[in-house]
Amino acid sequence: MRLLKPALFALCLLPLVAVLVRVFEFGGATLGANPIESIQDTFGRWGLRLLLVTLAITPLRDWCGAPWLIGLRRMLGLFAFGYVVLHFVTWLILDQSMYWPGIADDVSRRPFITIGFIALLLLLPLALTSTNRAMRRLGRRWKSLHRLSYLIVLLGVWHYYWQAKADTREPILYFVIASVLLGWRGYRLFRHGHRFNPFS
Amino acid sequence: MLIKPFRPGDSARIAPSVITPEHVFEDRRRLLRAALAAGITGIGVSWPRAEAAPAALSYQRNERYSIADPPNSYQDVTSYNNFYEFGTDKSDPAANSGRFKPEPWTVTVVGEAEVTGRFSFGDLIKPHALEERIYRLRCVEAWSMVIPWVGIPLGDVLRRFRPTSRAKYVAFETVYRPEQMPGQRSNVLDWPYVEGLRIDEAMHPLTLLAVGVYGKSLPNQNGAPLRLIVPWKYGFKGIKSIVAIRFTEKQPPTSWNVSAPREYGFYANVNPLVDHPRWSQARERPIGRGAFNARVATQMFNGYEAEVASLYAGMDLRRNY
Repeated sequence: MRLLKPALFALCLLPLVAVLVRVFEFGGATLGANPIESIQDTFGRWGLRLLLVTLAITPLRDWCGAPWLIGLRRMLGLFAFGYVVLHFVTWLILDQSMYWPGIADDVSRRPFITIGFIALLLLLPLALTSTNRAMRRLGRRWKSLHRLSYLIVLLGVWHYYWQAKADTREPILYFVIASVLLGWRGYRLFRHGHRFNPFS
Repeated sequence: MLIKPFRPGDSARIAPSVITPEHVFEDRRRLLRAALAAGITGIGVSWPRAEAAPAALSYQRNERYSIADPPNSYQDVTSYNNFYEFGTDKSDPAANSGRFKPEPWTVTVVGEAEVTGRFSFGDLIKPHALEERIYRLRCVEAWSMVIPWVGIPLGDVLRRFRPTSRAKYVAFETVYRPEQMPGQRSNVLDWPYVEGLRIDEAMHPLTLLAVGVYGKSLPNQNGAPLRLIVPWKYGFKGIKSIVAIRFTEKQPPTSWNVSAPREYGFYANVNPLVDHPRWSQARERPIGRGAFNARVATQMFNGYEAEVASLYAGMDLRRNY
């Protein structure tokens, strides 16, 4: 764990490093003809991927019998949040140039942007209650609150699916993964419920 | 370089010496591909590139039909493309079109015209003088580029086939070669790609049959060897690598309209007042101005309103999007 955590931390930073390398054009790397789109897509994609990875921790723990995996979950979740925020800030500052009428119009009238925005808002309380102190104070409610992540990941996949022009293969793959991860939780609950149901 | 704020006229001042020469650019890709191939096979074999370097063309600039905006770099124009036949990423066409063979090329002309048949690329192009026109290309995805095309007014070519009075529309078809066009092996669109224009749109002097860009023949990723340019319409109307032209009485199907009829119409005229159902068309991002440059207002008919608005007099452009 002592080695694993810093290693995972470094790994999670790689997408950000990759963007920076291309921004500063180290080693001839470039962001291409549309740098804003490239930055925004990279952050958004990794935000969603890391959300899925975070959601995979519990099933993986049970499938592989590896309880130590839980110790990595908070970091993964916070990185996911970080990339989603970067994705949003890129849109706000670089894509929209903080042109507020356009931003208000997009958030209110473009369903795929509305969905993405809602997902970001829902992530905020999760990020804010990620400290040990908040966990202690919230007690059992912490777990209920953090089940919001199930909804958030679905909103994120939907947001990605809805902005695609014709090639929906990647968002559909993410939907399948999310379905497996959430479906397994449902299945476990179902079986669990039966086992503990005295009337069954 | 990227972070530097853009000032008007900056891109015009990019010295030619700063732009990566094309052969170096191509070489880099060949090198990467060879490295990749070596990595995969482990025996260091690279596959051959059949692509011929774009050839220089002789042409005259048509100032009357050129806009004054500074053109995008050759690098931008040839590396940021929507050409789903080679993949759906903007970088895919440049990366995956090396095996495409635009020579020899034959175009089939059929339908409501007195002259029909199969015509070689030379038959089609040789009788005409090439001209260069600097047009703004506005993509339906709300970005734009300024591109110096080389071509012929489409109407001049079409008139040689003497379309009959029943020819109300012209339909176009892209070549179908899944072995050379890897994107055609997945069904993101119905292949082959088809497009169409009303005959008066096709005959309009702005409509160009392009055979080159930046004074050279079209690179594969830009639709070699010949493609359509309709500057007042969204870019997807500009069908690439055309192998068939059909004069028809009825409005022909068009690929994006078939794929998502609520989102992409037959007309697809650039119109800042009619949004795509999922995003605004009011503003666009000019490509090639770095990361800190704001979007600009999209112009009615992409700035060609004076020339083409009369084609749509009395039409409800909200319904005929």
